[in-house]
Amino acid sequence: MATQNSNKEKSRGIFQSLDWFTILIYLILLAMGWMSVCGASYDFDQGGNFLDFQTRSGMQIVWIGTSMLLGMIILSIDDRLIESLSYVIYIGFLILLAATPYLSHDIKGSLSWIKVGSFSIQPAEFAKFGTALCVAKVMGSYGFNMGKWRDFLLCISLIIIPMGLIVLQKETGSALVYLCFFLMMYREGMPGSILFAGVAAVVYFVVGVRFAEEPLWGLEVVSTGKAIVLLLVLLFTSGMMWVYTQRSSYVLRVFFFGIVAMTVALIFCKYVIPFDMTWVQLVVCVLMILYLFYAALKERVARFFYIGLFALGSLLFYYSASFVLDNVMQPHQQTRIRVLLGLEDDPRGAGYNVIQAKIAIGSGGLKGKGFLNGTQTKLKYVPEQDTDFIFCTVGEEEGFVGCSMVLLLFLFLILRLIHLAERQPYPFGRIYGYCVVSVFLFHVFINVGMVLGLTPVIGIPLPFFSYGGSSLWGFTILLFIFLRIDAGRNRLQH
Amino acid sequence: MAKDYELEKRKFVIGGVAIVIILVYLLRLFSLQMLSEDFKRNADSNAFLKRIQYPARGGISDRNGKLLVYNQPAYDVMVVMTEQEGVDTLDLCESLGITREWYDYRMAEIQDPRRNPGYSKYTQQLFMSQLSTEEFSSFQEKLFRFPGFYIRKRSIRQYRYPNAAHILGDVAEVSPADIEADDYYQGGDYIGKLGVERAYEKQLRGEKGTEILLRDARGRIKGKYQNGKFDQSPVPGKDLTLSIDFDLQVLGERLMRGKLGSIVAIEPSTGEVLCMVSSPTYDPRMMVGRQRGKNHLLLSKDSHKPLLNRAIMGQYPPGSTFKTGQALTFLQEGIITPNTAYPCSRGFHYRGLTVGCHGHGSPLPLVPAIATSCNGYFCWGLYHMLGNRKKYSTVQEAMTRWKDYMVSMGFGYQLGIDLPGEKRGLIPNAAFYDKAYKESWNGLTVISISIGQGEVNLTPLQIANLGATIANRGYYITPHVVKEIQGESLDTTYTRKHYTMVDRANYEVVVRGMRQAVLGGTCRVANNPWYEVCGKTGTAQNPHGQDHSVFMGFAPMNNPKIAICVYVENGTWGATYGVPIGALMMEQHINGKLSPASMHKADMFEHKYLYSPTFYVNGNTEQ
Repeated sequence: MATQNSNKEKSRGIFQSLDWFTILIYLILLAMGWMSVCGASYDFDQGGNFLDFQTRSGMQIVWIGTSMLLGMIILSIDDRLIESLSYVIYIGFLILLAATPYLSHDIKGSLSWIKVGSFSIQPAEFAKFGTALCVAKVMGSYGFNMGKWRDFLLCISLIIIPMGLIVLQKETGSALVYLCFFLMMYREGMPGSILFAGVAAVVYFVVGVRFAEEPLWGLEVVSTGKAIVLLLVLLFTSGMMWVYTQRSSYVLRVFFFGIVAMTVALIFCKYVIPFDMTWVQLVVCVLMILYLFYAALKERVARFFYIGLFALGSLLFYYSASFVLDNVMQPHQQTRIRVLLGLEDDPRGAGYNVIQAKIAIGSGGLKGKGFLNGTQTKLKYVPEQDTDFIFCTVGEEEGFVGCSMVLLLFLFLILRLIHLAERQPYPFGRIYGYCVVSVFLFHVFINVGMVLGLTPVIGIPLPFFSYGGSSLWGFTILLFIFLRIDAGRNRLQH
Repeated sequence: MAKDYELEKRKFVIGGVAIVIILVYLLRLFSLQMLSEDFKRNADSNAFLKRIQYPARGGISDRNGKLLVYNQPAYDVMVVMTEQEGVDTLDLCESLGITREWYDYRMAEIQDPRRNPGYSKYTQQLFMSQLSTEEFSSFQEKLFRFPGFYIRKRSIRQYRYPNAAHILGDVAEVSPADIEADDYYQGGDYIGKLGVERAYEKQLRGEKGTEILLRDARGRIKGKYQNGKFDQSPVPGKDLTLSIDFDLQVLGERLMRGKLGSIVAIEPSTGEVLCMVSSPTYDPRMMVGRQRGKNHLLLSKDSHKPLLNRAIMGQYPPGSTFKTGQALTFLQEGIITPNTAYPCSRGFHYRGLTVGCHGHGSPLPLVPAIATSCNGYFCWGLYHMLGNRKKYSTVQEAMTRWKDYMVSMGFGYQLGIDLPGEKRGLIPNAAFYDKAYKESWNGLTVISISIGQGEVNLTPLQIANLGATIANRGYYITPHVVKEIQGESLDTTYTRKHYTMVDRANYEVVVRGMRQAVLGGTCRVANNPWYEVCGKTGTAQNPHGQDHSVFMGFAPMNNPKIAICVYVENGTWGATYGVPIGALMMEQHINGKLSPASMHKADMFEHKYLYSPTFYVNGNTEQ
C-alpha cells in the first residue's frame, strides 16, 4: 500500500514538474520532420501512400511512435536508477562499439550498422547518451576538479575512447560529434582559452585547406585560404589582447599596424605588381609576436607572453598542418580530408552536393513550393535527401518561413535546455543537461551549415528530421533522460 | 556543492553562440531564398526536361498533284553508356554492319564532351543514325542481346523519283552556323540545304511542339509535368505544290543527258516555272540518310559540277537570243522603225571593224533580220543608238539608257526566283566601260553586246524569262517554282506584273520576226502542224571550245502556254541542239505527249553525248 502511494505521488510529481514546453517543441519538430521525410521520399512513380510501411514515410511513423513510447518508458524510470547505472551503460556501449565492426555488414563503406531482425541499428547514435551519462557522473562526483590534470585527462579520455571506436567504424562524422562535449566542459570550468584555441585551430584548418586553391580577388599567386588564416591570426590575437590585458594602446597599435600593412600589400598586389602577399602577412604576424614578447618583458605582464605564444602556436599549427597534408599524408588520406571538407564529395565533382542543396533551398522562395511540390528533392537531385540533406526539403517545400520556424524551434529548444540545465540542484543533472545542449547545438550547427554551404560536409543527421530509427531513438533517449532528471529536481533529499 | 556564479555566467556565452549561429543561418537562408532568382531557374532547368515533339515536314507534289517528296520513318540507334557494359561488341558490329574500328571511334566520340556537348552517361546518346526499315527490322530482332541500346524513331525525307534534284534540294542536320542564325534550331534538327527544301524551309518545317517532363538526377523521366497542362503540340509543316510539270521535267532531263547545260520553261501568263533542268544532274535519293555526306563529297569533286544548278547559277553569253531585246530597245527609242533596213554583206564592216555574218539578202528590215539572225543589223542599230548625239548628249548617257532597258527586261539583277543561289548575270553600264577603256570608248568598242556576246552574261532563267516577256508582249511575272502553299497565299512577288520599258506594239514586231524564224529562218526545225511556234536561235561564241547552242522561244504565238530557253554548252549551232530540244519540250507540254516521230527523235537526243559523263543514280555511279 505504502509503496503504491509513494509511487502515485511520485508519478504525479513527475507529471507536474515535467517540462512540457520542451516536450511541445519536441512534438512539433517530430511532426515537421515527418512531413519532410514524406516530401523527400515521395516518388512520382508510385504516388504518395505515406502510411505504407514499405515506404520511408511509413517507416518513419513507426520510428516516431516507438520513440514516443521510449520517451514515456524513460519518464517512468527513477532518475536515480539511471544515474547509478551510468558506468554500466557507458561500459556496455564501449563493448558494443568495439564489437560493432565485427558484427556489422558493410553499408556504403561504413561498418557502423548491426542487423537486428529485419532492422539495422547504429550503436554510435546511442553511445552519445551513454557517454554523456558517464561524463556527467564522473564530473559531478565529489572532489572532481577540472583544474587538476588527472581529473581533466580522465574526463578527456572518457570522451576520446568512444570517439576512437567510432572512427574505427569509418564514421568520422559521428565521431566528431563528441568534440561538442568540450562546450559542456567550458561551462564546467575549462579555461575559455582552451576552447577558443581549439575552435581557432579548427577554423584555421578548415578555412586554410578548403580555400587553399582559390585565388584571392582574381590574383592567381595569392591563396585565399592562407591569406584569410593569417588575417584571422591577427584578429584573434588582437581580440585576446583586448579581452585579457585591456591595454587599449597596445591593442590599437598591433591591430591598426597589421590591418594597414595587409591592406597596403593587397592593394599593391592588385594594382601594381602581383606577388604573393601572404609573405607580407607572415612578416606582420612575426613582428606582432615579437612585439608581444617585448611588451611582456616591458610591462611585466605574463598574459602578453601567453597571447604571443597563442599567435606563434597558430602560425606553427597552420603551416605544419599544411605541410603534413601536402607532403606527409598519402593521397588517399588527403582525399579523405578533402571529402570531409566537402571539396571532393562525390563522383560528379567537388561541390555537387552543396550546389544542388543550395539550388533546392534557394528555389523555395518565401513560402516554398508547398507540401510534396518540391521538384529538386523528389527527383533526387539532392543526395541523401531524406537523411543528412533533409533540410533541403524543408527549404524547397516550406520556404524561408518554414526554415526560419525550424531554426527558431531548435534555438528555443537549446535555450530552454540551457535554462533547465542551470536550474539543476546537482552537478550531475547540470552537466548532463549541458551535454544534451552541446549535442543538439553541434548537430544543428553542422547539419544545417553544410546544407547551406557554410560548414564542411560532415554526414551527421538533423535531430528529429533525418530519416532513421537509430538517430531518432538516440536523440529521444538523450533528451528524455534529461527531462526525467529535470523532473526529479524538486524531490526532497532523504 | 555550491554554485559557482562566475561559471554560471558562461551560460550566456553558450546561449549567445547558439543565437549567433541561428542568426547567421537565418541571414544565409534569407539571401538564398529571398534575394536571388538564379536558384529557381537552376531548379527548373534541373527538373524540367522540355522534350521536343517534331512536326511532320510538309510534302511536295508537282503541278498535276503527283507526289514527289514525302516522309518515311527511319530509326536511330541510341546507347546509354551506363547500361551497355558487357555487350558482345563483335556481335553488335556484325548486326549493324559496322567495323570494330568504327565502333571504337564512335564510342570514344560520344564520350568526348568536346565533340558531344551535353553528354551524360545516364541518358540516351545517338550511336548510329537513320537505319532503313530493313536494317531496323533485322536489328530489332537481336536488340534484346544488347542491353543499353535502344531504337529511336524519326522521320526522314524520301524522294520518289530520281529527277528534279536541283529544284527539290535536300535536308540535312543543322550546322552550328544554322543554329547561330536561327534559335529555332537545336543540334540534330533537320534543315533544308538546297532547292525548295531550303527556300521554303519555314513553311515545310512547321512548328516544333514541346512536352514538359519531369526528370530526375540520373536523367530518368518520371512523368509529365502537371499532366501535360503546359505542353504545346507541334504544328505540321505545310504541303507545297510545285509549278513544275514533272513529265516535262523528266523529258528535259532525258534530252539533256550527256550534255552540259540547262532547260528552263515558264508559263508566261503566271511566271510559273514548268521545268528547270540542269545537266549534269544527280539522283536526289543520294542525299538521304547516312550516305549523304559521302555522296555530297563525291558530287562536289566531279569536275562537271553536278551540284551546280546551271539554270540559275550558270552565267552565259545569250548569243543571238539577245537580239530580240535589242530590237525592242531600238524600236522604243526610235532608233529604228519596223521598216528601217540596214546593209549586211556577210557581216558588219565599219572603220576597219568586222563582225561576221552568214549569207542572206541585203539590205534587210527588222523582221527578216530577226528571222535570219543578222549580225550586221543589230550592230548598226546599237552603233546608231550609242552614237546618236541628238538624243543623248554623251555615249555614257546613251549607254545608261540602253542599260535601263535591259534591266527592265529582267537582266543584270537576280529575277528573284524562289530558289537559293540565283546569280544576276552581267549587263555592263557606262561606268563599267569607262573603267575598262579609260573613258575612251564608243559604240564600236562595245558593238558585240548587241548580238549577245562580249561582256553580256545571262542565266538560262533570264533568257527563258525574256521569252515569257515577249510572249506576254511586254511584261513578266517573277518566275517561281512553287505554285501553292497549303493554307497560305503566294507572296505578291510572284503574282505582280513587271512591265518593261517597251510598248506592246513593238513586241508585236519582234513576235513576227520570231515567227518568221520558225517559218523560214533559223528555227525551221521547230515548225509543226499543231500550233504556232515563235523562236530565236543563238550560237554563243565560246573562246574556250565549241560554241554554245541556244534556243529561246514560246508557243503558241497567240495565247502562249510555254516560253522556253534551251542552253547546251558546246552544242555548236543553235539549230543543232537548242531548237530541236526546245521543240520537243513544247510539244510535250502543249500536246501532253510526243508524237511517234518526236519520240524517236527524243531517244536519239537522249543518247547524244557531248562529253564523257558520269551518271549518279541512287548512290551508284556509272560511266
